[in-house]
Amino acid sequence: MLNYVLSRLLTFVPTFFGVTLISFAFIRVLPGDPIIVMAGERGVSQERYDQLAAQFGFDRPMYVQFWEYFTGVLQGDLGNSFVTKKPVWDEFFALFPATLELSLCAMVLAIVLGLPAGVIAAVNRGKFFDRALMSTALVGYSMPIFWWALLLIIVFSGNLGWTPVSGRIDLLYYFPDPTGFMLIDSLASGQKGAFWSAIRHLILPTIVLGTIPLAVIARQTRSAMLEVLGEDYVRTARAKGMSPGRINSIHALRNALIPVITVIGLSVGTLLAGAILTETIFSWPGIGKWMVDSIFRRDYPVVQGGLLLIAVMVMIVNLTVDMLYGLINPKIRKR
Amino acid sequence: MTDASSTQTAKAIGEERPSRLKEFWFYFRENRGAVIGLWIFAVFAFLALFGPWIAPHDATEQFRTNALQPPFWQEGGSTEFLLGTDPLGRDMLSRLIVGARFSFFVGIVVVSVAASGGILIGLLAGFAPKWVDTIIMRIMDIILAFPSLLLALVLVAILGPSLINAMIAIAIVLQPHYVRLTRASVMSERQKDYVTSARVVGAGTLRLMFVTVLPNCLSPIIVQAALSFSTAILDAAALGFLGMGAQPPTPEWGTMLAEAREFILRAWWVVTFPGLAILVTVLAINLLGDGLRDALDPKLKRS
Repeated sequence: MLNYVLSRLLTFVPTFFGVTLISFAFIRVLPGDPIIVMAGERGVSQERYDQLAAQFGFDRPMYVQFWEYFTGVLQGDLGNSFVTKKPVWDEFFALFPATLELSLCAMVLAIVLGLPAGVIAAVNRGKFFDRALMSTALVGYSMPIFWWALLLIIVFSGNLGWTPVSGRIDLLYYFPDPTGFMLIDSLASGQKGAFWSAIRHLILPTIVLGTIPLAVIARQTRSAMLEVLGEDYVRTARAKGMSPGRINSIHALRNALIPVITVIGLSVGTLLAGAILTETIFSWPGIGKWMVDSIFRRDYPVVQGGLLLIAVMVMIVNLTVDMLYGLINPKIRKR
Repeated sequence: MTDASSTQTAKAIGEERPSRLKEFWFYFRENRGAVIGLWIFAVFAFLALFGPWIAPHDATEQFRTNALQPPFWQEGGSTEFLLGTDPLGRDMLSRLIVGARFSFFVGIVVVSVAASGGILIGLLAGFAPKWVDTIIMRIMDIILAFPSLLLALVLVAILGPSLINAMIAIAIVLQPHYVRLTRASVMSERQKDYVTSARVVGAGTLRLMFVTVLPNCLSPIIVQAALSFSTAILDAAALGFLGMGAQPPTPEWGTMLAEAREFILRAWWVVTFPGLAILVTVLAINLLGDGLRDALDPKLKRS
């Protein structure tokens, strides 16, 4: 097991280096000179330009710049935003809880609905429930979520007036946010109605972001269950006279969960990509909206740093899933 | 199955064995969803090819006096504009019909570029020495570490927002999947006896790659092609929606949604129809992909 962990960790190093190189290289080929962008509409004189170029190190060879960037990254220094002048690292982790809260809610929704849906479909294979659930899952899987978000806004915010259209909480409420999770902070603040307001703001974005993972989990659970239900030990359990409910929940589901867990782990990337669209539509102040805004503002250090941090986060989750997989399934370790 | 030995065995068995295409069609036809998907896809392809000649109006013509007119069944609607008009008075139906070609074009181009590049690199990784394989797969890991839409978004920001650049970006993002898939099947096919015998007979590496091994790796790649066709359409629409894909006044469905956003609470039809078009198209292609997988993958067949 130790060997397996070490070898997986070793592959992390070159990938991390490559990801840093790519996010560095991307920004250097972006059209538009960063200094001219920073100067804004007033423009900049040649002397001031040279001075700034020297200050940011743009006048030095590319490999020196990259090396400086890379060593900076290792120390948690991703440069400062052109627009707010604050460190990218601080901005990222100030906004990250908002995205994390939304993603966790979406994932919980997807698992809570997706797992039972998959199991029910597998157990009722070929019958009405199976067909209905799997057709719905396929629609969810094919959903353009940006349109789905607009539809939900039309119905629930526009026609019914049940949910707010944007933001994380009503402007009426103001309280400190020690955790950054609106649900926890609003509850801790003790203000009447704050928690309810936070929930109402969360509902639509959660549904929108959870739709595709929900469909994927339901489909995966169904196919994993079907595979397991055909195994010999399930037949043995049946022959022994065990009740179907016990077979499904204890024998089948537990073994079917392995591929499902992998899918859950791998959908972190999907969630982050979905967060870009969801947060933009609902003006959710998280990483996704921050990245889109920065791309439009040509805030290079932010795009560079955000791209890198998001990729590293996906890598860490994938690595964790791999390790868990090795832990559950000893066959994998041997390779 | 194009290598000499298997063609001969197929001939030896003779008439009892139906042709591959027939066999494929036999299994495919059993899946009702897939057949419906195929029909919808055929309509979609037809509209993509002949859209401008079918559309009742020009997709960019502005009927200023009829701006934001609802669909014909609602009060204030008329049969001249069946699905209503957008804020600039352009006919929704015509824009949707003409828009089909952009999504279709995106799907075709992205899949051809991503698949041909991915298959080539995957074959190379499968046949090259270990260290080349390692380098190629590490690079693919790096690309896969970025969420696809984010990577495409940044790439388009670099290249400049346009439909062509969006297609390039999406193709780059999707291509590692083909590399992994091709490499994995090459790895398992390479050890089989028919490859060894081809090598013994004296087939060169290139012949082994393209003539002996590749045709036997195609099934999963075809399925992947169908699935990434729909991913490409979705991602291109998402980029258009974020203002980084096709630019107005192009009637691309995602771009149409972006233009309609501010009217969502006043005119439901400008938002509903373009999204519905995307959903139906993507759904049809996914149905088709599921059917292809069931018909092509012998492991899942009859399970």
